Amino acid sequence: MSQFVINMIFVGASFAVYTWIAIWARAKSTREFYIAGGEVHPVMNGMATAADWLSAASFISVAGLISVGYVNSAFIMGWTGGYVLLATLLAPYLRRFGTYTVPDFVGKRYDSKTARVIAVVCLIMISLTYVIGQMTGAGVAFARFLEVDVTTGLLISAVVVFAYAVLGGMKGVTYTQAAQYVVLILAFLVPAVYLSLMLTGVFLPQLGFISSHAESGMPMLVKLNEVVRDLGFQDYTADVSNKWNMFLFTITLMVGTAGLPHVIIRFFTVPNIKDARRSAGWALVFIALFYTTAPVVASMGRLNLLEQIYPNGTDQASMVYDERPEWFRTWEETGLIEFEDKNNDGQIQFYNDGTLKTPNQDFAPIAEARGWEGNELSVNNDILVLALPEIGNMPGWVIGLIAAGGIAASLSTASGLLLAISSAVSHDLLKNTLMPDLSDKQEMLYARLAMVGAITIATYLGLNPPGFAAQTVALAFGMAASSIFPALMMGIFIRRINSKGAIAGMVAGAGSTIFYIFLYLGWFFIPETNTFPNSPEYYLFGTISPLSFGVIGAIINFTVAILVSNATEKPSEEIQEMVRRVRYP
Amino acid sequence: MVDEKTTDGQKELSESDKRYWATNLRLIVGILCVWATVSYGFGLLLRPLLSGIIIGGVDLGFWFAQQGAIYTFLALVAFYAWRMNKLDDEFGLED
Repeated sequence: MSQFVINMIFVGASFAVYTWIAIWARAKSTREFYIAGGEVHPVMNGMATAADWLSAASFISVAGLISVGYVNSAFIMGWTGGYVLLATLLAPYLRRFGTYTVPDFVGKRYDSKTARVIAVVCLIMISLTYVIGQMTGAGVAFARFLEVDVTTGLLISAVVVFAYAVLGGMKGVTYTQAAQYVVLILAFLVPAVYLSLMLTGVFLPQLGFISSHAESGMPMLVKLNEVVRDLGFQDYTADVSNKWNMFLFTITLMVGTAGLPHVIIRFFTVPNIKDARRSAGWALVFIALFYTTAPVVASMGRLNLLEQIYPNGTDQASMVYDERPEWFRTWEETGLIEFEDKNNDGQIQFYNDGTLKTPNQDFAPIAEARGWEGNELSVNNDILVLALPEIGNMPGWVIGLIAAGGIAASLSTASGLLLAISSAVSHDLLKNTLMPDLSDKQEMLYARLAMVGAITIATYLGLNPPGFAAQTVALAFGMAASSIFPALMMGIFIRRINSKGAIAGMVAGAGSTIFYIFLYLGWFFIPETNTFPNSPEYYLFGTISPLSFGVIGAIINFTVAILVSNATEKPSEEIQEMVRRVRYP
Repeated sequence: MVDEKTTDGQKELSESDKRYWATNLRLIVGILCVWATVSYGFGLLLRPLLSGIIIGGVDLGFWFAQQGAIYTFLALVAFYAWRMNKLDDEFGLED
């Protein structure tokens, strides 16, 4: 059976499941459409949250990012540690409060339409940036594995999301996300187990990570350090010099994670506060399964790749280009691997010649002595996951699994984001601001229309990605950390915060964060319009990169909100009673 | 930032409500201390101090940054859910 047929079977079978769920889980009321009737089992919600959270970027790119070295541990800690904040500071209380959307809480707690609308604007900015990457991710996964072009792939994905998200709302999204989690985690774990067995002989990747490299007998990580060092790269485990930026970046990712609306609304779907707490635990179990495996795929995948290129060790001759293996040819066609024979010796020299990040300067004379004239291979980091089954000589069905997994990761996150957007539009903007007289039936019709609109816009943006699509991390996490998270947390923990404080806080926090990002990444992300070059010498205190500013924005939000609230009137009696109800059942 | 004081004109909170909330806050503070210690501490700023302890051939701080912190987060969230759900029962709270 050809690989194409295997891939078709895997993707086709998973789509059949999603479609079946779409028909089975139709939403019959706004309560079902917005929060799946509030009847989702905590374990089921945990799986759905994990799929909601693990995006196309996580699935395809995170292992490659981590493989760069210790500095990118920020992603691992950041994208898991945020759940501790979510579980202790937000999720249970918001569930007890019992709203349908995130702006709904903001609007009710601060008794202000302005606050509600600001929250809607922040939510849409965050979710829309985020969804573009998901749509393109799905399109790319289709294109790579199913031999259709990216546009067709993206349109097929849009139709599938359309089916279950428009019909089923949160109910359809929840059950498909749970199914998508199973697909994507298998697709990530199976190759990782293969890899771990191959390099260390240990079944469990997390144990293989700290075990010995079977061939050399050295600990796997020490072996990897040695190999990369011998090729002019910095050690995989090398410490970083600028700890403070890494610290701020990690904390921004954590606080941003806890403030992402599409994740928060998942906790509105469980029956009660106890289940909300349990569900946060289950969500982290399923997410941890992924993020503890990612560094294993990163380190072992990199070691495996280098061993293939230098089959007899780094001090011996490297792979001959004309004898390159099949996977090399396949991925060369996609442009993710590129080779240029700079010294015309027919062999592939892959090393850090000083043009890649974090070079080991002592290596330059050695490379020169060996007659190397520069690095000849450029490898896209996504290769570590996408080409892993082929590089590791794994069976064809593993490749099919990766195809289905990549698409599942994109679609599950996309549908969660689209739901967050459409419910904010229909429930907050229409029902609670512009058209208060809507009946339940009418509101659901508008919710479905908003979903159709959101999918259309997301598909359009996926086909014509604007320049800022690549800035998702900076914009989405910075905004979530500096606007949504503080507004929610203060709403629960500080009774004294009134609408003026909350509004001023959100505007100041989000405003300063966007301002700082634009300073370095270009005004409205238009290239070449940045005020300062995006490099450390120009950063505030020489440390704070635009990616790390979100937590500073959050501190500004907290400070402004507290100062303004204390200078203005106390929240009304009813509001204080509302805060009491959120805290004590 | 926590307003324990009840201000004039506001409904008095019962003793049991106050104790419940205080227990919750203490628990959260404890959990966030551990949370920060394993990630920002062991995994980041205090990494050099742990360089003497080797796991899998490399320093413990590195392992915390890429593995250990996540396991600790998991334990923290599970503990919080268990402890708070028990506390709700002790206070006879249902929602």
